Order: sequence, then C-alpha cells, then structure tokens
Amino acid sequence: MNATTVVQLLLLVLVAGGGLAVVLERNPLNQSMVLGVFGLTLAMLFLALQAPDVALSEIVVGGFVVPTLVLVALAKAKDHQ
Amino acid sequence: MTTRGRLTLFVLSAVGLTAVLVASLTGLPRFGSDAGRYGRLINRSAAVERHVPEAVGAVTFDYRGIDSFGEESILFAAVLAVALVLREQLDEDDLPYKLDEDPGAVTAGETTETVRLVGMTFLPLVVLLGLSVIGHGHLTPGGGFQGGVVLASGLALLYVAVDAATFRTALPDGALEPVEAFGLSAYAVIGLLGLVFGSAVMDNFLPFGHLGRLVGGGTIPLLSVAVGIEVAAGTLLVTAQFIDQLVRVMRSRSAR
Repeated sequence: MNATTVVQLLLLVLVAGGGLAVVLERNPLNQSMVLGVFGLTLAMLFLALQAPDVALSEIVVGGFVVPTLVLVALAKAKDHQ
Repeated sequence: MTTRGRLTLFVLSAVGLTAVLVASLTGLPRFGSDAGRYGRLINRSAAVERHVPEAVGAVTFDYRGIDSFGEESILFAAVLAVALVLREQLDEDDLPYKLDEDPGAVTAGETTETVRLVGMTFLPLVVLLGLSVIGHGHLTPGGGFQGGVVLASGLALLYVAVDAATFRTALPDGALEPVEAFGLSAYAVIGLLGLVFGSAVMDNFLPFGHLGRLVGGGTIPLLSVAVGIEVAAGTLLVTAQFIDQLVRVMRSRSAR
C-alpha cells in the first residue's frame, strides 16, 4: 500500500462523495457549482490514475462548458415561468 | 405511476444492476495491472517512430488521426445545432450591441471593480495558457481540444469582466465562423495532403525533426493547432449564443 494507492483511494472516495453531493443538492443554481467541484475531483482522480490528457479535458468540460450550459438553461427556464 | 410503484421498480432494478455489476467487476483484471498490448506498443514506438514524446498526441493526431477529424466534426455540428436551436425567434427583437451603450441596459448592472480587475488580469494569462497547451500538443499532455477550450474560456472572461456588448463586438459571429470553418478544413486539407505527398490520407509526410523540440513530429503540431483553432472558435460561438440568451432574459426582466 504505497502513497500512490492511498491517493487514488482517497480520490475515489472524494469522487463518490462528490457525486452524492450533486444528487443531494436540490437547488439547481447551487447544483451547477457543486457539479463544477465534482468535475474537479474527477479530474484529480484521472490525474492520479496517470491520465493527464483526460484530466485536462475533464477540467475544461466540467469547469467551463457544463456550468455554462446549466446556468443559461436555468436562466431561460426561470424567465419562461 | 405512484411513488410506491416507482420505488418498487427502482429497488428491483437496483438489485438486478448490483448483481450484474458485482459479477462483472470481479471478473476484471486487477487494478493497476497490465495496460494492454497496444499501450505497450505505443509506449515503445511512438517516440522512436514519430520523434514525439507525447504518445497520446501521436495516437490522436497520427496513428488514429481520422478519429480526431470525426470528433472535430462532431463539435462543429454541435455548434451548428446550438446556433440553430437558439436562433432569433419571431417574437424576439434584434439585439444591437453598441459599445457606448449604458452597461446597465444590457446586463443586470455594471460589473464591480474587483471582478473587472481580476478578470482583465487573468484574461491574458489564460489565453497564453491556452495557446501554450495547443502549441505543445506533441510535447506535453493536452493538445488541440483541451487548449482550444482553455483559450475560449480565457476570451470569454471578456464577458465576465466587462459586459456582453464588449464581448460580442470584440468577437463577432462574422469573425468566429470563418475561423472555425478554417480550423476544420485545415485538418481535412492536411489529411488530404498526406495522400498527395505521402502514401495515404492522414499520412505524416512532413519531416519529424528532433525529439522534444517545439517544431517536430511532422504534421502532429499542425493538426493540433488546427483542432485548437476550430475548438476555440466553436466554443466562443456557443458562448456567444448563450450570452445572447442571457441578455434577452435580463432585458425582459428589466422591462417588467
């Protein structure tokens, strides 16, 4: 059980916790922020599993594209109510 | 369906899914065991054959270059679909962006000094980071797609730091669309030039240079730049469409 395995285990637990946090957060506006943090933990997991390209893709997608999509959809949906 | 019915269905499905998951996960190879024959082969030969230390980049732009063309085209089609879905409706009026317009009329209010300062400080840094990730696609992890989105997010800071009018005037659709199209067609042209100067489409026909140099690896850095240009312009187009929607929402909200 060396340091790498410990880090990977810790990040796996964090990812599981992050996923749970995204689901348990009911307010969509807060949920988009939690989604961004979840994407970051997922990217760190990919980095710990020695896949830096995948981690970079996850950072840009989970940090920029997905929150933008969710926030704009939220604004539009709220406006239509 | 009643809540109870939904819950029953979920429990049954969850039990079945758990059983299948456990059965399949126990049959997997040990965590961290052999990466597979193709992985070992690429690790051995990518740097030697293509003089490129980034094996993933060599696979994405050379050994499996046609896949990246497909991915680029998917992004192009997605940007087209977003622009189509969010096009101006009959009951929506035109959005003329005037730079000297009162910022409060377009956005919810002027951005604060802090946001403006931090945003404008980070804009050149993030743009530089994006350009670096794109340009070093054959040397460091990353490449065209990742660097392209970083570049787009850096330029989108113009909207965050200032206002929508500045963003749309500095990066209008009329400028972004040809750039995106150029990125996609550049990839296709380089691929076809492989047929002209080499032996097949997507053949790496340029000289490979020295390992680890910025100029090297044949067509790999060129394809990375082409993908970066296309992805950056496409992401900015999608962001621009979203910003238009946000401005419409804010205008209708202030009109009420």
